[in-house]
Order: sequence, then C-alpha cells, then structure tokens
Amino acid sequence: MSFLALTALAIVRLKDLFAVVMLSGLYSLLSASFFLSLDAVDVAFTEASVGAGISTLLFLASLKLVGRYEKKSRYKPALALGIVMVTGALLVYGTLDMPHFGAVDAPIHQHVAPRYINDSMTEIGVPNAVTSVLASYRGFDTLGETLVIFTAGIGVMSLLLVSRQTKDQSKKKVPADMQQQIILRVVAKMMIPLILMFGLYVQFHGDYGPGGGFQAGVIFAAGVILYTMLFGLSSAQRVFKRQILELLTAFGVLLYGGVGVVSMLLGGNFLDYNVLRHDPVHGQHLGILLVELGVGITVASVMILVFFKFTWRTVKHKYNQ
Amino acid sequence: MNIIGLYNYWIVVLLMMIGFYIVIAHENLIKKLVGLSIFQTSVFFFYISMGKISGATAPILDEKWQLYSNPLPHVLILTAIVVGIATTALGLSLVVRIQEAYGSIEESEIQVQDTHDELENHLEAYGPGPNFAILNQDLNK
Repeated sequence: MSFLALTALAIVRLKDLFAVVMLSGLYSLLSASFFLSLDAVDVAFTEASVGAGISTLLFLASLKLVGRYEKKSRYKPALALGIVMVTGALLVYGTLDMPHFGAVDAPIHQHVAPRYINDSMTEIGVPNAVTSVLASYRGFDTLGETLVIFTAGIGVMSLLLVSRQTKDQSKKKVPADMQQQIILRVVAKMMIPLILMFGLYVQFHGDYGPGGGFQAGVIFAAGVILYTMLFGLSSAQRVFKRQILELLTAFGVLLYGGVGVVSMLLGGNFLDYNVLRHDPVHGQHLGILLVELGVGITVASVMILVFFKFTWRTVKHKYNQ
Repeated sequence: MNIIGLYNYWIVVLLMMIGFYIVIAHENLIKKLVGLSIFQTSVFFFYISMGKISGATAPILDEKWQLYSNPLPHVLILTAIVVGIATTALGLSLVVRIQEAYGSIEESEIQVQDTHDELENHLEAYGPGPNFAILNQDLNK
C-alpha cells in the first residue's frame, strides 16, 4: 500500500510522460497484488490484464501521436495544493467513523452479502460467488456496463476514423516496427497460442475459478495486440477483419440482451435464467454461460478495435510526414 | 489498533488527493488522464478494503471454508476496471484529435488559440467594436 503511494508521488513529479506511463503500469501491477492480498482474486486478475497491459499500451500509442514531454507550467500550484489539502483533511475526518479494516460486523457485510454467500450454491449452483453475483443477481448492472463499453468503443471508432486514402496508401503493407527483433518474434510465436488458449480457459472456467467474460475478453485482446505489434497491422487485419470485429461488438451485447428477452418470452422476468431449462440450476448455468460469452465477445472486440484505431492513426501520421 | 484499523482508508484518501491534484494542477492532458485513473483506482481500493474480512478467504465456495470476503464489491470493481479502460481509451482518442486540431495538448496553449479564434470571429462579424478592446486584453495577458 505504501509503495502505491510512493509510485503515485513519483508520477506527480515527473515531466517525462514516457516514464509516467511506465510508472502507472507499475502502479497497476502493485494494485493487482494488493487486490490479491485482500482476497479479491477476480479483481486482481482484471487489474493485471487491463491496467498493466492494455491501458499502458494505449497510453504509449497516444504518446507516439502527441509527443513525449510535458511543458513546464507557468502557474503556481499553491491554490490547487490548498484545495487538495482541505478536501483530504475532510475525507480523513470522515474515515474516523469507518468500521475498522477487516471487521466482521461492518455494515457492508450485513445486507445482501450473506444471501450471496449462503444461498448462491443452491440457487445458482456456481462455486465462484463473484460470477454468480455478476451474471445472475446483478445481471442488469452487468448489461449496463457492457453497453457502456460498447458505447465507448463506438466513440473511439468515430473519433479516430481512418480514411480510405490512408488505407490505400498503405495497401501494400504496413511494415511492423519490430521486424528485426528475432528473439521477440520467436518467443511471441510460442506465447500467443498459449495466451489465446488461456483467455478461452478463463472465459469458460469462470464459474468454478476466478475469471469470466471481462477478464477473458481482455486477455484474448492482449494476445491479438501482441501479434499486431510484432507482425504488423496488415497481417493481423487479415485474420481480424474490421467489419467482422464491428459486428462482433454489437453481437456480444445482443447476445446478452437476447438471453434476457428469451427468458421473458418463456414466462420469467428479464434475465431470469431459471426458466431457460426445466431445472432452475441448469437454467442458471446456461444463462450465465451465454451472458459471460456475450460480455467476453464485446470486451475482446472493442479492445482489439480500439488498438487498431490507434495504430492506424500512427500509420496515417507516418505517411503524412 | 485505531491507527492500523484505518490505515488503508488513509492511503486511499492520499492516493485520491494525489490524483485530484494532478487533474487540477497539471496542464498536460495525458497527465490529467493518468491522474484521473489514479483517482479511479483509489476508489477501487476503498471498495475492496471494505469487502475484506480478517481470516476470510476468496469468495469461491468450498466445503473447507466457512468465512468468505464480501463478493459484492469485487463484482462492482471488476466491471468498473474494464469500463474504466474503455472510457480512458475514449479520452485518449479525444486527446489525439485535440493534438491534431491545435498542435498542442497543453491546456493554456489551447486556451490562447481559442481566444484568438474568438477574436477573429468577432472582428469578422462586427468590426472593431467596444468589446474588441476587452478581448484583445484577454489575449495579451
């Protein structure tokens, strides 16, 4: 925890944005281990793949587009510092009433959590309580969050449109920057199938161990992004066509919503998986599997598309110069 | 005991304030986004710290264990992380477009250009009127 604070302080001081981004990757990795030590295995999983992997990459890609150094600010930050101090002091005062760390009798553990832990095995039949809460008890939330990811994906796509001209210019081939790195390429060739396999494992094993659609989507996307970085955009886009990816983004959300509609048509509530099969527990299994698949598809294709868009921008800049 | 029991929350407040400071005191838009994500993670730490029970284990149900940490914050945070990266990507693409339009991602430089444009529009529409002097003053500041 204290390491986290130190890293964050270093981020404030540094002017070199490249170092800032690298440090924030480190920060994510530290926070993943912090989550792990607090029993939040699923969260640690997500943070490690998202924070330390994809977000660092996206920041680096945009640094390539906007330049590496921060300019020196002309203003004195005294006022900002004052505001921050006052807010911080008020917040610390607020924590004095908080239940102590690790207390069993804290209010948060009294409301719905006992039901999730005690009854989810009989009601849902899935050992991982996080998955059953995510996909079943709070299925509406998760649908909303998938929609947010979908919307953000659309936003990035429309902001970073790639003109046909750029594509024609680079029709021949977009050469990979790392063509010469033989060791990296060989190692990556061995790693990528394993990463993709692991992504699928996380996807379908999310009921029993830590994992699920969100993590799996990000891990799968990370595999594809690794391939793109080392072997060039053209060869990656031969397999992952833009049109297909765009369709898949929408398909994931539709699959999720579709499960809800089907359960409504079968006489239950929206996203009530009990009615999908004769046996409620089997119905829940099927529902969770489909919903997680929808989440995974959307997350993976949005992440891959976003990365492609950023890379196309760099290609465009290169050709315009 | 009192100090140790609240230590996590204080670090959360510290991190949150560091993020807040970066957002309001720095002019570089990329740095601001990094600050925003620090702010965001501090909220994640807060939730996960609240969900922890001493002596409990991860909420994957098994007969050998009786006490589990609260799964609800885990669910909320794990979706929030993925939503966070999606929105950060959106923010980064906005930054890229701003860089292309203005040639800079420093807030003050963008503002100068905006005032300049406003001034030109004003001149085009009304000619040098009474407001002109005020705008011009702003620009020279």
